[in-house]
Amino acid sequence: MEVDGEDGRTQNQLRPLACSHNILYRAHGSASWSLRTRTLRKQTGQIDNLLKSYLMRMRPWLNGNKEALEFKFHHVWVWFRYSGLPLEEAYEMILKRTLQSICHLTINPNTTTSIIIQVINDDSALLSCAINAACVALVDAGIPTKHVAVAICCCVAKSGCKMKAFAYLAFPNSVHSVLPERSSSMQGKPIEHGIVTSVTNGIMSADNYFYSLERGRAASVRVVRVSQEELATALN
Amino acid sequence: MGLSNASGDLSTEVEVDAFRCLFPLRFYEKHLLESIRPDARPLGRARETTIALGAVASANGSALAKIGSTTMLAAIKMEVMTPSLETPDEGCIAIDFHMPPICSPIVRPGRPAEAAPVVAKQLSDTILSSGMINLKELSLVSGKAAWMAYLDIYCLDADGALFDTALLSAVAAFSHLEIPVVSLNDDGKIVLSEEQGLSDREPVNKEKRKINLSSIPFSLTCVLHKNYILADPTAEEESIMDTIVTVVLDSSSQLVSLHKPGGTVLAYTSAIQDCIALTRQRVKELQKILEEAISGMEVD
Repeated sequence: MEVDGEDGRTQNQLRPLACSHNILYRAHGSASWSLRTRTLRKQTGQIDNLLKSYLMRMRPWLNGNKEALEFKFHHVWVWFRYSGLPLEEAYEMILKRTLQSICHLTINPNTTTSIIIQVINDDSALLSCAINAACVALVDAGIPTKHVAVAICCCVAKSGCKMKAFAYLAFPNSVHSVLPERSSSMQGKPIEHGIVTSVTNGIMSADNYFYSLERGRAASVRVVRVSQEELATALN
Repeated sequence: MGLSNASGDLSTEVEVDAFRCLFPLRFYEKHLLESIRPDARPLGRARETTIALGAVASANGSALAKIGSTTMLAAIKMEVMTPSLETPDEGCIAIDFHMPPICSPIVRPGRPAEAAPVVAKQLSDTILSSGMINLKELSLVSGKAAWMAYLDIYCLDADGALFDTALLSAVAAFSHLEIPVVSLNDDGKIVLSEEQGLSDREPVNKEKRKINLSSIPFSLTCVLHKNYILADPTAEEESIMDTIVTVVLDSSSQLVSLHKPGGTVLAYTSAIQDCIALTRQRVKELQKILEEAISGMEVD
């Protein structure tokens, strides 16, 4: 079913993605991620969804509580700056847990990595943009991660493109996707099929959710390609 | 790793409580191998749940919900306000979630708990998007007056599964809610009628009525660890195993929310389907408990 969005997109089309890294000099790593919405009628107004995320490594500090026994000294703090809305803290928690699960926590004991995300412009799909920008910034800073998470926003629409519900999904993307000789799998399922994060809003049937998972996975391949190309230019 | 050998040797020599403090993950894994948890629950069972309606006498609707030790008190106060211009015949609901220091030793006075704004946002998203309450029912005079329902939820004891208990207490409070009688006075303002006999003004709504709740959302939080899915975790389980999935279904089995904020364990489709199946069972249990609580109130 070809549903035409307001900007003339079909169901499977993504907005044009742009990614750049190493844009801030004071930070250990930085990245910017943007999705551009094209307005067909007025060419002058261009609405972006731009996110800058940058990392700073703070001075190491001693962790004196019970968690010391589990050797998890490495903390990840996330600051999400939008406009003081209550969604800031909720997004911070989601981002913190997503990124914490990606980082290797035992490599740098006694350190805290601060990730600060500044929203420049909001045109929906905010959380997925933030996750993508943060992951590119982590790679830019040279922090070793298990895999890169790629996030996408899928929405379930009634006919007539009135949005009924949407889901933010983040999938892991391992290095083996670039080297096709071996793909890492867990119990016969490729690692890309797992979900790192999923936040939904609105009512949808369980089948719709699983369908949007598949669509999201397919679309995330394209998203990953953008960030991989961007980071590849850094090596050259 | 040297440590794993050490714990293996120590497990026979060290006392149970010490082992639980020193190697909590290993302690739990020994139990999970037998498909049971330290509090003798099978993996898929939630803790004992109770609802008490009308816990706060001065509020228009209130409920106290307990799942295991986690206790939440929800209270609703109604106020008349002018509706916004975009929605002149709709009322409004304001949802607030508080975690006072009484609920947990981790919450310090003066410093808001980390979990509080997160649960607050999740709650308000779930309640408003589930369509449980038709906001048009909260309207009094179209364009001029409508009800604003202030829902406050206080966590009195935080022992895991905060969102589940908070949602249950909110839903129970709404089912207990009685909209007070109001009438229009001479200045054209809405005032509360004291008693129906005394007032000679025409009341705007005839009697205290209950709100109509359609498709009530119920939730279940699960923790994923390797291949195990533990339903309704306690605070200890949540702190050790960090992958938490919350599924909210409404009474027609539609998915209202699936919340998985990161975590080390990746959720494959089979794990999500298992969580949704566990939630479906839980929805039936909770519906029964809520109906019993409501019918218990009506007898009084």
